[in-house]
Amino acid sequence: MECYLPVIWAALIGTAVAMYVVLDGFDLGVGILFPFAKNERERDQMMNSVAPFWDGNETWLVLGGGGLWVAFPQAYSVIMPAFYLPVIVMLLALVFRGVAFEFRWIAMTSKRYWNFAFAAGSTLAGLCQGIILGGLIQGVRIENGVFAGGAFDWATPFALLCGVGVVAGYALLGATWLVMKTDGAVADRNRAHGKLLLAVVLGFMGAVSLWTPLAVPRIAERWFSLPNLFYLWPVPAITALTAFAAWRWLEAGRDIPPFLASIALFLLGYLGLVISWFPYLVPPSLTIWDTAASPSSQMFMLVGTLALLPVILGYIVFVYWLFRGKVRAGEGYHQH
Amino acid sequence: MDLDPVLLARLQFAFTITFHIIFPSFTIGLSAFIATLLVRWMWTGREHLHRLARFWTKIFAVSFAMGVVSGIVLSYQFGTNWSRFSVVVGNVIGPLIGYEVLTAFFLEATFLGVMLFGWKRVPPWLHVMSAIFVAIGTAISAFWILSANSWMQTPAGHEIRNGIAYPVDWHAIVFNPSFPYRFTHMLTAVYLTTSLVILAVGARYLLANKHLDEAKTMMRMAVGMIAILAPLQLFIGDQHGLNTLEHQPIKIAAMEAHWDGSKPGDLVLFAWPDEKAERNHFEISIPKGASLILTHDPNGLFPGLKSVPPSERPPVVPVFFAFRIMVGLGLVMIAAGLIGALLWWRGRLFDTRWYLWPASMSWWMGFVAVISGWVVTESGRQPWIAHGILRTADAISPVPAATIASTLALFVLVYGIVFTMGLYYINRLIVKGPQGRAIEAPEMGSPVRPLSSAAEAGREALGH
Repeated sequence: MECYLPVIWAALIGTAVAMYVVLDGFDLGVGILFPFAKNERERDQMMNSVAPFWDGNETWLVLGGGGLWVAFPQAYSVIMPAFYLPVIVMLLALVFRGVAFEFRWIAMTSKRYWNFAFAAGSTLAGLCQGIILGGLIQGVRIENGVFAGGAFDWATPFALLCGVGVVAGYALLGATWLVMKTDGAVADRNRAHGKLLLAVVLGFMGAVSLWTPLAVPRIAERWFSLPNLFYLWPVPAITALTAFAAWRWLEAGRDIPPFLASIALFLLGYLGLVISWFPYLVPPSLTIWDTAASPSSQMFMLVGTLALLPVILGYIVFVYWLFRGKVRAGEGYHQH
Repeated sequence: MDLDPVLLARLQFAFTITFHIIFPSFTIGLSAFIATLLVRWMWTGREHLHRLARFWTKIFAVSFAMGVVSGIVLSYQFGTNWSRFSVVVGNVIGPLIGYEVLTAFFLEATFLGVMLFGWKRVPPWLHVMSAIFVAIGTAISAFWILSANSWMQTPAGHEIRNGIAYPVDWHAIVFNPSFPYRFTHMLTAVYLTTSLVILAVGARYLLANKHLDEAKTMMRMAVGMIAILAPLQLFIGDQHGLNTLEHQPIKIAAMEAHWDGSKPGDLVLFAWPDEKAERNHFEISIPKGASLILTHDPNGLFPGLKSVPPSERPPVVPVFFAFRIMVGLGLVMIAAGLIGALLWWRGRLFDTRWYLWPASMSWWMGFVAVISGWVVTESGRQPWIAHGILRTADAISPVPAATIASTLALFVLVYGIVFTMGLYYINRLIVKGPQGRAIEAPEMGSPVRPLSSAAEAGREALGH
């Protein structure tokens, strides 16, 4: 059992991070697309489509970070100092875009500043998350179990590529969400943006998929050695098929399927990363077993997690069901 | 210039956590107040209660958003600023934070959505339930975070192997010796803090002769709470102090500026503690008063600061003064509660201007008392980050001082803007006051509709 606990926890944290990326991904995406709105009415409509959900979505970020600390304290204590600046900047960006949700409704003359805070904060948060991801793929310098690199080790062209890629990906999720949850001019514009973003995201996924095996031999071996190749080739194939389907559904004017396909695309990309990554938590030196918390801690937390995760998923189903349907122009949940 | 990374990391964390605690101190109580208003509205059907709940919900939304985003920052700062701390005590404290996320944050976040945006979407009972769930969620959150903090003050239920803390008994960890006192003390403090804000707003409206129904309800509920909780808090605080004397006697010595443990302690009303000379200047004190309070014997002895070497002592000046600010404000709150209750009993609560005027300006008192209390307990724990396990100086991350300094500057800038604007917007909501007449009826499953038509539908449905 003790040997499997870190695997279970890696799966749980992986799930939390995937939930975060998909859920906060679309509401950060709406922020990234904010500058393309034509007027305050459209911006109201866009913001209203995510207003009841954003707080719950962001809670997964706390669960991901908190979970990492609970289950793998050593990894947490290496990753956070290694990515000190991108982590802090991401958090500050989330502060700005988070308060913008409430401040924007009350602001009168300063509304445009909060529009800017919402858009810039969302974009910057996505960029930093991508940079952290890219930096992790490249690896972190560790000596005696402690981060031993410099403050700007993460600042590489590859990390920047991942950063911009994640922003594009979130924008795709945001655009297809708006296709699903709004109507009129906002939905039409985002249907067009969605197609463009789909192409851009595929480009970034391709670039990262080529770059990582070329730069990291371990990842090349994972994918291209036999018999791995026989088992793994469906991953890129299904990704291509999903992207094609998303395109067709956007063309055909469908509302819900493009969003679901975008989620699938994200999860497939995520699966690709997990395949490249496992069993490392902090490549190239710390595996999930090296960094695991004491079995008693992991067990104590696991009991609670298994009991409460279904309840939390129930909350999510409840709130998304309650606020189902399209948000039309000029309508809102707000009382202001 | 040579910057000290330990000092900078502490300054940064002190800044972000002080900023954060302002909002939970308000929203834990405010969510309970809103839930109470809605339950009373369900019970009595009196319209102004619903209007008042809607009004405070707007202020709650703004405050809660600031609390959420500043709280997310903290969950990452354990790693960014205190990575050694997260390894040494992560096995023990990590799960407590994890349980906070699982049991409190998701509950709050989900039902917050329903509470803020569900007025027209769900039946009233479900909306009221959502407000109750949010209030419960905030209190559960306080439970776990105070358990984690208390464990850092009075660790229990663990063993140390190779310098790392490992859990042995989870019950002993969660319910560590100082936790019941700290939790009760803080929860009472946050309900008092909210009550003072509500008192101030109610008094402000009465003085301005506006929103009279709402103002009277606010005054009655706030005065009732303060009259009960403020005296109770004095007793709880005293019990908490006795617990601290048992487990962290040097913190008590710093609070009382008590240097020489071989003599009974005086109750120092004012002094300037001099850490170098190990004595107090300009002291005004009640002889043997501290001994009487702490040992219930005027000649009782308790340890002085000089009983440990200077390297084991907390900084005396901030602990000493913050403690006096907290206790002083607490005494003013007791007076405010008891005088208010007396005026209420005499039927003069709503027209006694000499009471309303200071009351209308008392909104900040709870916040300052809460922050002072935390300065006492956190500075008083030094030089330890986890008492007896890990020193603060050994807990930091391998991050250059310049990086911490520049992000500290960013935090001050961003939080400065957000806080100023937040306060400005909340004040504007208060100036505007409770608005609207109709109680919107729920429209199950229908898409959101503009407020006016929903209000009409509501009046029809309720037969108004």
